[in-house]
Amino acid sequence: MRSLVRFSAEGEGFVPPSSNDFNLPPVFGNNIYTTKPILMVFFSVIVISVFFIAASRKAAIVPSKLQFAGESIYAFVRNDLARDVIGHEFMKFVPYLFTLFTFILTNNIFGIVPLLQFPAMSRVSFPYVLAVFTFVIFHYVGIRKQGLGKYVKDIMFMPGVPKAVYILLTPIELATFFLVRPLTLSLRLFANMFAGHLLLLVFIMGGDHLLKGVIGLKLVSPFAFAFGIGLTFFEFMVQCLQAYIFTLLTALYIAGALADEH
Amino acid sequence: MQFVNLAEAEKINPLIPHTAELVVGFIAFSLLFIVLRSKVVPMFEKAFTERTNAIQGGMERAEQAQLEAQRALVQYNEQLSKAREEAQTLREEARVQGSAIIEELRTKAQEEAARITATAHASIEAERQQAITSLRGEVGALAVELASKIVGEALDDQARQSRVVDRFLDDLEKSK
Repeated sequence: MRSLVRFSAEGEGFVPPSSNDFNLPPVFGNNIYTTKPILMVFFSVIVISVFFIAASRKAAIVPSKLQFAGESIYAFVRNDLARDVIGHEFMKFVPYLFTLFTFILTNNIFGIVPLLQFPAMSRVSFPYVLAVFTFVIFHYVGIRKQGLGKYVKDIMFMPGVPKAVYILLTPIELATFFLVRPLTLSLRLFANMFAGHLLLLVFIMGGDHLLKGVIGLKLVSPFAFAFGIGLTFFEFMVQCLQAYIFTLLTALYIAGALADEH
Repeated sequence: MQFVNLAEAEKINPLIPHTAELVVGFIAFSLLFIVLRSKVVPMFEKAFTERTNAIQGGMERAEQAQLEAQRALVQYNEQLSKAREEAQTLREEARVQGSAIIEELRTKAQEEAARITATAHASIEAERQQAITSLRGEVGALAVELASKIVGEALDDQARQSRVVDRFLDDLEKSK
């Protein structure tokens, strides 16, 4: 449907890409479960599962190249994210953090993989779902560790603070733990992917549009494409970084909930 | 239904989630979580544990071997120094024994020599005495017999007889 919009726009001049470009139509008929992002999310699950099962199947002491590659990613999440942040109880959370990291990373990178070229995380629903998972997990961990009363009390009344400050601090803390954290977590990921994809669209579609213009504009067009390619590399960095940040923050929230004092 | 919206180019708020995507996100993520937790994480953990054990075992074995080698070296050095000491003692003993043997032999030889010399002296002396005694008797008898034959007179006087013999002997010695 997007292409339809684009064709109709051509007569009237360049229409800059907008948020509507992220609403992709179903691939098969009118089934809303077959839009491109949805199919890509399922595809990512298959890709990740196949890759890691193949990499870990042998569990050899001396790893093959494939096992080494899989292990490197796993060890990064396990040691640098889970163990260093959470501490001695980290092993329980490794599967979740590992799933989170690989899921976000793969779907992000799909944004620059030729033919796929759409980051599913630029559809806000997916970051929402992930943030809800993290939200539920870190509160559940905190409540189970410290008991509901003490957990909520510690959030509302941070120990070691003068009583008068609670007037200010309690609403802030409550908002932080129950609203700001899940919202920022999901919106940060969403906005980065959304903006990045929009930026690529601007330069590549812009370059494409310039190519159809008069001779002067044709000469400018390669610069737009070159910039689009440069931004693709930049996007790759952002995609990895966002996957890392989401996982790191989840680990930090879990570590905070496990700690005796916030 | 998105179609219609798009065609009309209405702005859709990108912050509003889609139910289908929420459902898919939940299912897909849960599915991936189950797969990774049950199939991948235990295998990687197993590999890590085995590797740690292998490395630790290897290091322990190496340490053990090194300790043993060190122990063997110490033992060897001890044995070597003990052997050296023993050799030294043996040499010393041999030297002492050797000089003792030489000393003993020398003493024995000297004793033997002295004994032989003494025996020779004694026998010579004895023979000389014997010769003197026998000579004296014989010479006396001979002289007396000779004198009486020459003089023709019996020398019955004992004193005279011995005087005559002595004189004769003195003369004999002088004429020698």
